[in-house]
Amino acid sequence: MNWISNYVRPKINSLFSRREIPDNLWTKCPECGQMLFHRELSEALNVCPSCDHHLHISPRERFEALFDGGVFVEIDVPQPIADPLQFKDQKKYPDRLKEARRKTNEAEAMLVAEGKIGDLQIVAAGQDFSFMGGSMGMYVGNAIIAAAERAVKKKCPLILFSAAGGARMQEGILSLMQMPRTTVAVEMLKEAGLPYIVVLTHPTTGGVTASYAMLGDVQIAEPNALICFAGPRVIEQTIREKLPEGFQRAEYLLDHGMLDRVTHRQELRRELITIARMLMNQPPAVVANLPSPEVAAAVPAEPKAEAAPKAAAPKDTDAKPAS
Amino acid sequence: MQNYLEFEKGLAEIEGKSAELRSLARENEEMDVEAEAKALDRKAEQLLKDLYKNLTPWRKCQVARHPDRPHCADYIKQLFTEYTPLAGDRNFADDPAVMGGLARLGDRPVVVIGHEKGHDTSSRIERNFGMARPEGYRKAVRLMDLADRFNLPIVALIDTAGAYPGKGAEERGQSEAIARSTEKCLNVTVPMVSVIIGEGGSGGAVAFACGDRLAMLEHSIYSVISPEGCASILWKDAEKMRDAAEALRLTAQDLQKLGVTDLVIPEPEGGAQRDRKEAIRRVGKALEQMLSELDGKKGEALRKARRQKFLDLGSKALV
Ligand SMILES: [Zn+2]
Repeated sequence: MNWISNYVRPKINSLFSRREIPDNLWTKCPECGQMLFHRELSEALNVCPSCDHHLHISPRERFEALFDGGVFVEIDVPQPIADPLQFKDQKKYPDRLKEARRKTNEAEAMLVAEGKIGDLQIVAAGQDFSFMGGSMGMYVGNAIIAAAERAVKKKCPLILFSAAGGARMQEGILSLMQMPRTTVAVEMLKEAGLPYIVVLTHPTTGGVTASYAMLGDVQIAEPNALICFAGPRVIEQTIREKLPEGFQRAEYLLDHGMLDRVTHRQELRRELITIARMLMNQPPAVVANLPSPEVAAAVPAEPKAEAAPKAAAPKDTDAKPAS
Repeated sequence: MQNYLEFEKGLAEIEGKSAELRSLARENEEMDVEAEAKALDRKAEQLLKDLYKNLTPWRKCQVARHPDRPHCADYIKQLFTEYTPLAGDRNFADDPAVMGGLARLGDRPVVVIGHEKGHDTSSRIERNFGMARPEGYRKAVRLMDLADRFNLPIVALIDTAGAYPGKGAEERGQSEAIARSTEKCLNVTVPMVSVIIGEGGSGGAVAFACGDRLAMLEHSIYSVISPEGCASILWKDAEKMRDAAEALRLTAQDLQKLGVTDLVIPEPEGGAQRDRKEAIRRVGKALEQMLSELDGKKGEALRKARRQKFLDLGSKALV
């Protein structure tokens, strides 16, 4: 591991992956139908400027907007046994994996990284819905364990962004066993007295919600995210009635007491900094590290002595789009 | 009245013929059918042996779901004394899909929990076919806490197609309830042993299956998704459940190779449904064995070893 592979490669990778979707410079908002210029959408963190719909965002793009100055270091995830069941449906499992790797330019369905947000050290784990539906298999389990172990070692919070259709069927029972395995990871953090913050993003369903995605100290969701154990179609087939409007969406869960907050993607960084710093008993983030001028104005400028020397961290996120 | 599975049709014919002969003989005293009936019995016995020797994964699913298999309540009745059911999640309701309470296994007071599917139409409806709602998992968490506080081992009997996919269940936090139950299994400082006695359906089963030991009856199954569900998603055809059952590796035998199951409990010839009493007795023996292995182990060391067991899963592949 060296500086190049840790700091530079991720950025280069993401440039490449962005360049791979060149022919559609325009994306149509699936919600309002508005044609959106790709760069404009990406600067808005893939939130439709016209209707506020939150489109898919890759963990890498998310981390670039989350960490101070977009700088983060990837954490190695132990590689599990490949295709332990030699699973074959209409396609072989290794072929599905290969296809997903080619499509996403990522190794697997979860990216783990460390870095600073608002000058606070954190570990972040982001699940990638575009990689086989974000499905939780042994790699995702290993990734969450690696993330928890790293957070415990660095005595810092873990922030996890979930997005998955559920467990990865191609790994059979071993995917199901990621429910207890990831729960053990969460317990590691709890016993070390470290915050575990979950941000549920669209969609988070099945065994993922029934384990690590529902065990956070603070549970935040992005607007309109589908969050459920059983999917709406299965429920409609079982109870043979139409489900109410907005059923199993983030706001519905908030109303039913299942979440702490529903937060707009462009507000997330600021909110995560605020919550994480308070849970870690740290003073408010110094003004220079805050993302937008409006926010800076609202916070009394009292840079604390211990935070001040670090305030000159790599180019900060002032350039990030104002929310 | 014996219930036959689809693959037992040939067996049903032979056993039917033998029974018919004997009932004819009872009506006509001069008829001597015994020799013929005995020959049929032997034929049936051999066929039963052959059928059950190498059950395909899909056939195992059918056996695991057999309506005549002993269920949680049968096990509790035969194996435990002084069973004292304890009800409710102290929050919303009691869930009859989950049984639980204090009981004695031999001399040992324990907390027992388990899914109960019901045995006839009205009890099946009352038990919601063994598909628990959040209240069932929250009741289990409460009982596991009780066991932890009073230093009683926990016995869990698993038999569910999965957690109930209903509107209220979702509104009241099905996923959180399952997650907390799994978490509780991993956190208690008393021994916890689980047995899958029929169906181990996905997260609804995991919630009770994360103790120190997991045993499975010979023809029980444990899977991330039902073969029908898997077939309809991956094959886009629910009729491909045989292929899906094969691919998922959901049999007790495969799960033992993967290290997920510690112990496979042999079933009586022709499955637990053919000799319920004997099947229950064998489960009782396995429970005694697993609990005595854990005797004297408690506290932090026990919890640490349990967690390590799960962290280590995935190091064995099937070849
Ligand atoms: Zn839109």
